[in-house]
Amino acid sequence: MLNMTPKEISERKAIRINPCKTCQPVGAMYAALGVHSCMPHSHGSQGCCSYHRTYLTRHFKDPAIASSSSFTEGASVFGGGSNLKTSVKNIFDIYNPDIIAVHTTCLSETIGDDLNAFIQDTPIPEGKYVVHANTPSYVGSHVTGYGNMIAGFVRYLSEHTGVSNGKTALVPGFVNPGDMREIKRIAELMNVPFTMLPDTSGVMDAPMTGKYEMYPKGGTSIPDIIGLGDCKKAIGFGEFATIEGVSALRKKCKVPYEMLELPIGIENTDAYILQLQQIGSGEVPYSLEEERGQLLDIILDSHPYYHGKTVAIYGDPDTVLGIAALTLEMGMHPKYLFTGTPGDLFQQKAKALLAKYGIEDCIAKSAADLFELHQLIKNESVDLMIGGTHGKQIALAEDIPLVRAGFPILDRYVHSYLPIVGYRGAILLVEKIANALMDRQDRDAADEDVEMIM
Amino acid sequence: MDSKGKVLDQYSARVFKNRKEHVAVKEGENVPVLAANTRTIPGIMSHRGCCYAGCKGVVLAPIKDVAVITHGPIGCGFYSWGTRRNKALTDEEGKNFVEYCLSTDMQESDIVFGGEKKLRKAITEVVEIFDPGMIMICSTCPVGLIGDDIHAIAAEAQEKYGRPVMAFSCEGYKGVSQSGGHHIANNGLVKNVIGKGSAEKKTHSLNILGEYNIGGDGWEIGRVLKRIGYNIVSVMTGDGSYKDIQNAHTADLNLVQCHRSINYIAEMLKTKYGTDWMKVNFIGVESTIQTLRDIAMYFGEQELIDKTEEVIADELAEISEDISFYHSRLKGKTAALYVGGSRAHHYQYLLKDFGVNTILAGYEFAHRDDYEGKDIADSIKEDADSKNIEEITVTADPEKFNLRLTPDQYEELKAKIPLEDYPGMIRDMDDGAVIVDDLNHFETEEFLKLLKPDIFFSGIKDKYVAQKGGTLSRQLHSYDYSGPYAGFKGAVNFGRDITMGIYTPAWGLVSPPWKKIPTLVGTYGGDI
Repeated sequence: MLNMTPKEISERKAIRINPCKTCQPVGAMYAALGVHSCMPHSHGSQGCCSYHRTYLTRHFKDPAIASSSSFTEGASVFGGGSNLKTSVKNIFDIYNPDIIAVHTTCLSETIGDDLNAFIQDTPIPEGKYVVHANTPSYVGSHVTGYGNMIAGFVRYLSEHTGVSNGKTALVPGFVNPGDMREIKRIAELMNVPFTMLPDTSGVMDAPMTGKYEMYPKGGTSIPDIIGLGDCKKAIGFGEFATIEGVSALRKKCKVPYEMLELPIGIENTDAYILQLQQIGSGEVPYSLEEERGQLLDIILDSHPYYHGKTVAIYGDPDTVLGIAALTLEMGMHPKYLFTGTPGDLFQQKAKALLAKYGIEDCIAKSAADLFELHQLIKNESVDLMIGGTHGKQIALAEDIPLVRAGFPILDRYVHSYLPIVGYRGAILLVEKIANALMDRQDRDAADEDVEMIM
Repeated sequence: MDSKGKVLDQYSARVFKNRKEHVAVKEGENVPVLAANTRTIPGIMSHRGCCYAGCKGVVLAPIKDVAVITHGPIGCGFYSWGTRRNKALTDEEGKNFVEYCLSTDMQESDIVFGGEKKLRKAITEVVEIFDPGMIMICSTCPVGLIGDDIHAIAAEAQEKYGRPVMAFSCEGYKGVSQSGGHHIANNGLVKNVIGKGSAEKKTHSLNILGEYNIGGDGWEIGRVLKRIGYNIVSVMTGDGSYKDIQNAHTADLNLVQCHRSINYIAEMLKTKYGTDWMKVNFIGVESTIQTLRDIAMYFGEQELIDKTEEVIADELAEISEDISFYHSRLKGKTAALYVGGSRAHHYQYLLKDFGVNTILAGYEFAHRDDYEGKDIADSIKEDADSKNIEEITVTADPEKFNLRLTPDQYEELKAKIPLEDYPGMIRDMDDGAVIVDDLNHFETEEFLKLLKPDIFFSGIKDKYVAQKGGTLSRQLHSYDYSGPYAGFKGAVNFGRDITMGIYTPAWGLVSPPWKKIPTLVGTYGGDI
């Protein structure tokens, strides 16, 4: 397993090996799937669209619909204007969505296709919408693309009428439908009216009914996106994934925003609830206090099994920072915090977080890859890894237990339904972490040391 | 109106005009003309991939001892990393790149100022870290557009590092599907790899072409062939290595499993080295037996023919009980298949072994000859898209060219076994069966509703579309992470998996009980 990865780390300036990120368009596609009756549309060669749909379907085990401009060599030379026009007509004719969300690819970006002009030039049926986001694959990562598509919806649709609708805009980071459900549940418990954009719950975790629905019940409605402009406040969860969206809303509709971390862990969830309390001026209901108390109870009860254990966390920046916060609260010791998404903000945030717990020897890196993480682990191993499927081979090669969390998880089921955010999500994640380490203790124990009670 | 009409009539006139040429209903023995290998209509949800996916993803990536560098932004390399299930055993020298994804991860500045410098540096770093025996570079869309000369860089690196470095211009926008990429990869292997080795010629030697070892298929096929006594020179490309492939010219016979992705190599090797090729099918019990007999007949030695029968009898004895059990569970079911370029045909045989009839089949990226048969190949008109894919001309190698058969022997054998022939999918299909090229999302939904097959075999993008609608769907690209499905033992795995899928208890629980009983339970006035 990964036998060619040498222990000696050499400086690399050009070759990326076993990446910890992918490209913008797949994130844009995911964001667009969080809008009700929306067809995500990939403006480029059809291979991009195929790859992205495949990846999303493999993670969610649910259909990820999207169409493509299907560029040929000719379109690549002369521009993709007519491909887009034909696409829009065919999509409305055949698939009849309420809205088409176009994202670009490295192909259409490199040839300089002007999507604003193309869309203005395209006949759009009455009552239907076409929006776009620029998502060049050679900038940022899938997280960037997710954020850009959210901003695209806001720029095209949100309107400020001057009359507040009393709602709060909730913009979740790149998380699963299970997480979006949990963020919404907390807002409901706090009696704060909201619109969530995007909202893939009910779309990418749609139930089995015996009838395929191309546009399942879930997703943010178009009137709700338009109404975002009249929200009294916006909350972004995770700066990497949501800053574009909330900034666009502030710029276009003057809606102020609060930037929070993804609510993973106790204090990050507390911050969300404090924010909701401020907005709604309401009491925190006992049910939430109960959940929080349960989480604390669990951590205090089980801490001997993970206190001081070292952990490598890799994946998307907001997710890694959130999970790192939880593990620190649990008394664990993050050794490596890795994201493939570029941005020094990641190191800055990680540094501040680690400093709070007096941890000095943790290596936090953005624009990094799993090859380097593996090399570091070969030099100084960890007790646990937390991240997506692509770390599996490192975990197997180095015999380290792996807890799967984040994106993408291609080799397990159910993850997209269950939250890792909120107190409830933290309970689920703590269980996974404790179990992984306790299973390891059982596996490694000599016969006479196997504990019946732990 | 037949099912074709019912589905296509819902299209606008322009889409109808295009799609009607890609859909046919088999009538008697008639083999209809089917439009194939043409552009996908923009906006239509096709399942097709791109040229890069065909070149790097399908053909080159399985060659385990080659460091394949994707030159482009990160996505393409990432998506083609470890996702095709082309299993590979690490050999003694320990170089196995199948677990690795190598990409130049181009950034905006590389697009603006050119990516050549980064590619050069990337090759240097790959040489320093991995010291691979061979390097291949695959380009993605923006590379072709900004004009990075990957071929010049490859030549320069080959000189500098004293090892073969080759470049493949397989930008995603080329051609109309993965197919162009297969062709580009085939050309590169013939030009730069095959014929470079100096291995001694072995008797009864074979290359297996178009076998990608998905789920270990190639290993199961190899196991049976080796039992009979054949020497396998190389496999292209599942669990293959450049060290083996460079000796491919020494084989007696080329077996072609996936015709679409690799027929170019088979034909070029015939011209260049005189090696005969034969279409084989190791999917299905009966077809595996037929293929083994055909290969034995090609060599024509009684001892080999006897050994073949002995192995067949022995293998059958081992599986027959399982096969008849699954047959009893599956008989009378119907299937629809939509897969790449050969499986939609091959699996019809395996399904027949279990008494399952195919009522619809289609290829994702086939050409007309895959549907209608090799005999029409020369009559296919080249269009602008296929002209963009390089055709290379090879000539007989003065030293290595060698014909095994005399022309008379060849003709005599050709009448009995599929030498240099592929009769295509349509001939094997039943009267009334529907054939659809590039079956898209809309047509999938509609045909499933109309034809109601018990199982839909396809890929991950439409798997859950079918299942949400109540039709069991199994992936035939990845075998849903099971397999092998090839050969004798593979057939049992397949029967087990399909039976499990059809009989899994949850299908019977989909409708909640309260949906099945009258919702209003009332009483007549006055009753107690």
